[in-house]
Amino acid sequence: MNLLKRALGHILSCKDATHLVSRMQERELGVFSRWALRLHLAACEACTRFEQQMRFLREAMHRYRD
Amino acid sequence: MPAADIAAQLDAHRGYLLRVARLQLRDDALAEDVVQETLLAALSGGTFSGKSSLKTWLTGILKHKIIDAIRRKQREPLLASTFDDECDIEDLDGLFKAPFGAWDSPPAEWGDPEQALNRSQFFDIMDFCLEKLPPNTARVFMMREVMGLESDEICKELAITANNLWVILYRARMSLRECLEQNWFKESGARA
Repeated sequence: MNLLKRALGHILSCKDATHLVSRMQERELGVFSRWALRLHLAACEACTRFEQQMRFLREAMHRYRD
Repeated sequence: MPAADIAAQLDAHRGYLLRVARLQLRDDALAEDVVQETLLAALSGGTFSGKSSLKTWLTGILKHKIIDAIRRKQREPLLASTFDDECDIEDLDGLFKAPFGAWDSPPAEWGDPEQALNRSQFFDIMDFCLEKLPPNTARVFMMREVMGLESDEICKELAITANNLWVILYRARMSLRECLEQNWFKESGARA
């Protein structure tokens, strides 16, 4: 698993992944980015958590208004 | 409904409207003006259908008033120049380890965050975190997430590139995540 994580890290680092997760809230990602992010999230618990927290943040801001 | 009742209901939202306007304009006097205009427009316009909440309707009016204010302000050259330093994300690099860009301290488990949405104290912490953001970062984030403007509308109004916008929103989200974790989710975890 560690080896797989390191291999995926070369395709897309956690730092890159956080950028893509944020950008995804603005516009659809390209095919390669989407694919790389999906692979990364499948192997990375921290970024999966981050992605859920970003969705929560958006919902919280909608509630802030309503 | 008698006019006095409507006025009282509108006035109950003044605090919220002021907070939102201040975060976006960073100018107390201007924020007061914009909120005043919003409440007046609400009183005289009166197209509130009751389909959305009163607060949502007022937010919609406020949105236009804030954009007008930003447009007027933009003629004075004080906005664009200050965007440059907030488009720089090098100071966020500390969150990740060189050279492979893995998390330095990974996001914590937030448990069931939805519960926080029912607590008014959570939104006080949110205000605290929003106020800690750099001025333009807060402005852009509020335009996007509270006012609900589309990305390209924001770029047009503020005369920034899409790339600048993404970086600014990324910064806002990273900072807010960190701040909420430190001040709410870690705290409430400690309480539970």
